Amino acid sequence: MDMDNVTLSRLLIAMTFVFHIIFATIGVGIPVMIAIAEGLGIWKKDNNYLLMARRWARGYTITVAVGVVTGTCLGLQLSLLFPSFMRVAGQAISLPLFMETFAFFFEAIFLGIYLYTWDRFKKRTSHWLFIFPVIIGANLSAFFITTVNAFMNTPQGFTLKNGVIKTIDPIAAMFNPATPAKSMHVIVTAYTASALILGSIAAVQYLRGKRSEYITKSLRLAVTMGLIFGILTGITGDFSAKFLAKHQPEKLAAMEWHFKTERGAPFIFYGTLNKDTEEVKYAIKIPKLLSFLSFSDFNAKVIGLDEFPKDETPPLYIHYLFDVKMTLVGLMLFMAFIYVLCSRLKKEWMHNKWLLVGLSCAGPFAMASIELGWTLAEVGRQPWILRGYMKVAQGATTASGLGSMFWLFLVLYLLLAIFSIVVIRKMFIQNPPEDEMKYRFNNI
Amino acid sequence: MNIQLLGMIVLWTFLYGYIIVASIDFGAGFFAYYGKMTKQDHVINNIIDRYLAPVWEVTNVFFVFFFVGLIGFFPSVAYYLGTALLIPGSIALVLLSIRGSFYAFSNYGSKDNKVYLFLYGATGLLIPAALCTVLTISGGGFITEKNGAVQFLAGKLFSSLYSWSVVIIAIISVLYISATFLTYYANRAKDYGALAILRRYALFWSIPTILASFLVFVGLRDNNVHFYQRIIDKYWWMFALSLVCFIVASLLILFKRNYGTAFIFVMLQYFFAFYGYGASHLPYILDPYITIYSGFTVHTAAVALVIVFILGLVLLIPSLIILMRLFLFNADYIQGKK
Ligand code: HDD
Ligand code: HEM
Ligand code: HEM
Repeated sequence: MDMDNVTLSRLLIAMTFVFHIIFATIGVGIPVMIAIAEGLGIWKKDNNYLLMARRWARGYTITVAVGVVTGTCLGLQLSLLFPSFMRVAGQAISLPLFMETFAFFFEAIFLGIYLYTWDRFKKRTSHWLFIFPVIIGANLSAFFITTVNAFMNTPQGFTLKNGVIKTIDPIAAMFNPATPAKSMHVIVTAYTASALILGSIAAVQYLRGKRSEYITKSLRLAVTMGLIFGILTGITGDFSAKFLAKHQPEKLAAMEWHFKTERGAPFIFYGTLNKDTEEVKYAIKIPKLLSFLSFSDFNAKVIGLDEFPKDETPPLYIHYLFDVKMTLVGLMLFMAFIYVLCSRLKKEWMHNKWLLVGLSCAGPFAMASIELGWTLAEVGRQPWILRGYMKVAQGATTASGLGSMFWLFLVLYLLLAIFSIVVIRKMFIQNPPEDEMKYRFNNI
Repeated sequence: MNIQLLGMIVLWTFLYGYIIVASIDFGAGFFAYYGKMTKQDHVINNIIDRYLAPVWEVTNVFFVFFFVGLIGFFPSVAYYLGTALLIPGSIALVLLSIRGSFYAFSNYGSKDNKVYLFLYGATGLLIPAALCTVLTISGGGFITEKNGAVQFLAGKLFSSLYSWSVVIIAIISVLYISATFLTYYANRAKDYGALAILRRYALFWSIPTILASFLVFVGLRDNNVHFYQRIIDKYWWMFALSLVCFIVASLLILFKRNYGTAFIFVMLQYFFAFYGYGASHLPYILDPYITIYSGFTVHTAAVALVIVFILGLVLLIPSLIILMRLFLFNADYIQGKK
């Protein structure tokens, strides 16, 4: 490939992130769903839910493995691809990274215990309790790593002299202005996406004619949880937007094609842009909404791109990333809402074919939203790697051979993706829930 | 003791921990594959599975701990090694990824898939070979800095006797540590068929272990005289103790006694050699560019790391004890009754 080191480093780390984040999101969300299913099973004395927890946990072992190895790649690649960045920022972010590892350790230990002790305790609740350390570990690790990303967006807690860090306040660096909104949004969206993915799997099974009690119940549990978490993501997403308006206005402005600082700013959805005249056409334009979403006040002043030097503003295509993301979010939550509404009011419509087709898409839509959201957040930070302190171009490695490493990792991730799909499919198709229900529980 | 040294000891301890648990894990993977090929798998693979299954992820965390801690305490190391090791580091990462995921594929997915088993067995030997070159490089002579650009002398590394002797000892040690542990584990499980085979492996790999160590000394003398001299003058006694522990361990296994104690002596053998090596290496981390003093992070950051480390241990040690009591040292579990 004929590209410079900075571009190649960015491409390579972006590829690893995009791949890792799929498994990381599942890693944070699925344990919560497992806990809910096993808890319901114990409470309602319903073996369907116990089996659900058991089967979800089995699939989870595969995604955990891929999450762990891609995460290890990511952690090391940060030093391999951005050595100058790590030399400076590494010190400020080492504390959360170190704590993240402790959280993983904790999670790993208890996941091992949880997976291998299904039938070892006399009381079912004793086994159930072991999923909680797994949840705590996964959530803490997501929290810690998100503080690192937050630090890159709104760095604080250190003093720099000639490119060398002189003093550090690790706690202030961790709890920077971006931390609360970001970490909440990341964690809650992981729950939503995981629930909707499980829902999609059940919906596909149902469409294929598997209408057992097990499938019906798992569809209902997953989609209901997906809707509940989905509503929470709306609240946390609103926090994210308000955070941007206050602390990272250039990202919000680029996202919204908001060129001039003004009061009562409109919200722009889709449309086309003439870069030279900054004219927006064919867009859905809602007057004053951007001001309201940013500051809960229809007449608030929203900072525009004109207040920043041209070479310090992010690319304008992130507008579409945000719009597509919101479209997908709207569609998937709408479908989950209709399903839940039917399940309460009109049970005979619950398994309408088109509703199920829609729900089958909800999981992939959720994962696409995660990827789009992250790309929006990361590209929206450009050209900075450490906002206000260091540009991406200064952080990248000078070593040669990046091109071949890119292909090497691309092949690796493709292989991992293919094999995990093959293995997970085989695991579940060879052992359908109806059969497993019989051989596992007929003696109880 | 100053905080720089304390930081280094913390990291070195993680690396030691990784070397022991990863060796057991890597070697076990290899033996599982070898067992399958030589049709002994019905005897030994049961023991290996029972050990590996609950703990493999914990092993990987030891490694992550080490490099995250290294970057935290000594950020300049990230810069030098990060630049120098792009290609070897990436290859090691690919191997680690294949191993971790194919272990899971084979164990949770298709139990009898020979390709999966081969992939995680073979990578188990290649990974230590790749990782130990980092130690070789840190010994000095394979990195230069010209006009501020860090350069890695790959040709020199590949043609160096020292570098290859380290690779050899890494692979042999993996097999030796793993075999001695599994011997003990089979004995606990009262699985005498597996015990006989694994004990043979342990004895078989003991002599090469010692021969390879001598080779490393010879190589080191040619590569870095100062380093070699520090070992001979100041820390020879640690290596002598290591040899004693090796002899005790081998004799115990030879006379079929106290396999547990034998494994403790194997751990001590590596403990003395590894810490002796580390101590002679000081104060350099990357000879001659970074010492533990020049490369150290800002004081407040180091203090925070040490505090978190201690708090983390308070959390982890009880959890590890639960894990061990449920699996490693639970007679019913090892014997397959649970
Ligand atoms: C299932 C996934 C999902 C869902 C339903 C939502 N989001 Fe989101 N969003 C993410 C997945 C995501 C994400 C992938 O997790 C991001 C990337 C970075 C981050 O903090 O979270 C993100 C980032 C992100 C950002 C950029 C934050 C930053 O750069 O600091 C904004 C402004 C929003 N989101 C807004 C929303 C709004 C208003 C939503 C209303 C429903 C919403 N998101 C739902
Ligand atoms: C917000 C985004 C992220 C989330 C939610 C997340 C979450 C996770 C989870 C849950 C795992 C464990 C796999 C599992 O148990 O399922 C994991 C593994 C890992 N992640 Fe990520 N991660 C994120 C981003 C990152 C980034 C940016 C890095 C690099 C600095 C990273 C480094 C790692 C490492 C090193 C591992 C492997 C740890 C081990 O060996 O157990 N993660 N991540
Ligand atoms: C875990 C979820 C994350 C995802 C999916 C993600 C995604 C991305 C993407 C798509 C890019 C490419 C942007 C571009 O080149 O224009 C990128 C760049 C980058 N990200 Fe993130 N990111 C995540 C979190 C993080 C975290 C927690 C860190 C810090 C440890 C981080 C560090 C970087 C760096 C160093 C780059 C390259 C420099 C740059 O282009 O800004 N990312 N990431």
